[in-house]
Amino acid sequence: MRVINAENISKLYRLGGARHNSLRDAVAAFFGRGKNDPKTELWALRDVGFEINDGETVGIIGRNGAGKSTLLKVLSRITKPTKGSVEIRGRVGSLLEVGTGFHNELTGRENIYLNGAILGMKRAEIQSKFDEIVAFSEIERFLDTPVKHYSSGMYTRLAFSVAAHLEPEILIVDEVLAVGDIAFQKKCLSKMREVGKTGRTVIFVSHDMQAINRLCSRTLWLNDGQIIEDGETSAVVGSYLHEQLKTGAERVWEDEATAPGNDFARLRRIRVRNAAGESIASADIRRPVEIEITFEALHDKKILIPNLHLYNDQGVCLFVSHDWGDEWRKRPRPRGTYVCAMKIPGNFLAEGSVFVTAAVSTYEPFEVHFVERETIVFTVIDSLESDTARGDYAGRLHGVIRPVLDWTTEYSDGPF
Amino acid sequence: MNPAEHTTRIEPGRAWLSLDLKDIWTYRELLYFLTWRDVKVRYKQTAIGVLWAVLQPALTTVIFAVIFSQVARFDAPGVPYPVFVLSGLLIWLFVFNAVTFASNSLVGNTNLVTKIYFPRLIVPLAATLAGLVDLVPGFLILIGLMIVYGITVSIQIILAPVFIVLAVVMTLSLGCLFAALNVRFRDVKFALPFALQVWMFISPIFYPLDIVSERARAFFALNPMTGILQGFRASLFGGPFDWFAIGTSVGVTLLLLFLALFVFKQMEDDFADMI
Repeated sequence: MRVINAENISKLYRLGGARHNSLRDAVAAFFGRGKNDPKTELWALRDVGFEINDGETVGIIGRNGAGKSTLLKVLSRITKPTKGSVEIRGRVGSLLEVGTGFHNELTGRENIYLNGAILGMKRAEIQSKFDEIVAFSEIERFLDTPVKHYSSGMYTRLAFSVAAHLEPEILIVDEVLAVGDIAFQKKCLSKMREVGKTGRTVIFVSHDMQAINRLCSRTLWLNDGQIIEDGETSAVVGSYLHEQLKTGAERVWEDEATAPGNDFARLRRIRVRNAAGESIASADIRRPVEIEITFEALHDKKILIPNLHLYNDQGVCLFVSHDWGDEWRKRPRPRGTYVCAMKIPGNFLAEGSVFVTAAVSTYEPFEVHFVERETIVFTVIDSLESDTARGDYAGRLHGVIRPVLDWTTEYSDGPF
Repeated sequence: MNPAEHTTRIEPGRAWLSLDLKDIWTYRELLYFLTWRDVKVRYKQTAIGVLWAVLQPALTTVIFAVIFSQVARFDAPGVPYPVFVLSGLLIWLFVFNAVTFASNSLVGNTNLVTKIYFPRLIVPLAATLAGLVDLVPGFLILIGLMIVYGITVSIQIILAPVFIVLAVVMTLSLGCLFAALNVRFRDVKFALPFALQVWMFISPIFYPLDIVSERARAFFALNPMTGILQGFRASLFGGPFDWFAIGTSVGVTLLLLFLALFVFKQMEDDFADMI
């Protein structure tokens, strides 16, 4: 049975000029200044149409700003489309954020009820699932403590536990799994898979191709507000990643105002360089590579830790590295520009494309100033000169890393 | 629930006449929880907590009773002045607090508005209802004071709730109107305290309406607070009802309600994008 039918939905956002937040601006605009200026218009979605049947688990992928979040907001009825229509059969539950409406002054117990109601659960439903929610969250001891005293991990776990027990006919999930510790993320993913198996419809937006691969049978790829491809997940993910290859190995944000970040830190440049400091797009597997992140600190009182997340073309995370060096680990960074480089030794990465996600965060308390996902890509090229891990083998070599390791041999001429 | 029974159609625009009352009914539990939250959170991290709900009217009454009865020499017909002031203040403090609170409610709940769907009217509605809870301690003081002064009530007291309801409807209308406007024009935040202050002085809270001339009374009646206060006091302390003021108040309140819902519905679709 068809549960979602979206027809030609388009969404127009008016930026700058038309967004008067004070009466004076509104009056000025009314008398002709900055009316319908095409430069201030942005079509976040253009003629998007699709149908989803019950029991389907559909992934939505695309770069930042491709319109994924806008699409979810339209499907969740948070914002209206400018054109087109959507027909939805069944109760919709949307998780666009973990812990929406959590109140810091209220206790864990109180927040379970409040958050449940906000997500659309009935009081009786929350009551019947209360113990299950508490057990899932692993915070029994702190149930009657105001959540403002929770660690960020506890807070997330509690919030997700409530959300995980939401049982609508259609579940819409934005990238909420990007938070929390790995063990808990796994627990959540398997919970979502269960939901998918019970015949409910799940729509899931993520940058994590692994999660999309595991959870979704069908995937929509959005780019620039339009559906580029709609089909079986592995095929769509494949062409998406292929397209991403054209991203390039260097990106620069010329204008501070539009650079990723907030009032504390802004990303200005990210590039791949060799030991000599020259920008490169491909690297010899034997040579070390450096990933350089340039950011600006805009505040004198923040400890800022740059971190880089590397993925392969299957969406598998190779590793995450933070700059835990002593110099800036406990010390707030004064305003200024910082150029930090992470050195990856030679004979470490496997051949193929490597996607880099760049972030600057503060820990204690945890805060992310920006995360630029898969912002650059570079290629690692294996040599056929037999001095690498490949040696004399010319076939397909598995593994996400490709180190050259030392082997030892002890020989004896008798049986074992 | 059979999914087929629950079909939603999402499309641009909407007849503003549809109030989605059914939708609000569906979300009644959310209304309950948001009201409960607003009540619960209001006095958190204050040293004396809910005592503020008692102190606010009590202290204001004492101050005004001293100033106006000793200095300005106001006198209320048939009622001791402090009782007169407190009866008016109770209604006024509810209106003042609830309008202020409701006006900031949408902006204060940005995270809800941008992340989840629910009928948006619920937010200012919950803020207003939460303000009603503050009336309870105030009423207890009023009853105590009436006993101390030996005031006997007549059968007319059964009409008192009518005027409280009228005050709630008026407050709700203003709260919704300003909450919606505040999303787009943050000027509301600055203009409102000033407007409320002016409103307080042109409402017969601290002075009986008798002190204004017959001609000016028609003008005073346009202020819906006048009818509410006159009616509320007449039902508490006996005495004739000022039907002209009460009728005008009902008319103006309904007009306000209509205007507020119209503006709210017009602006509602853009809340998530504009806030």
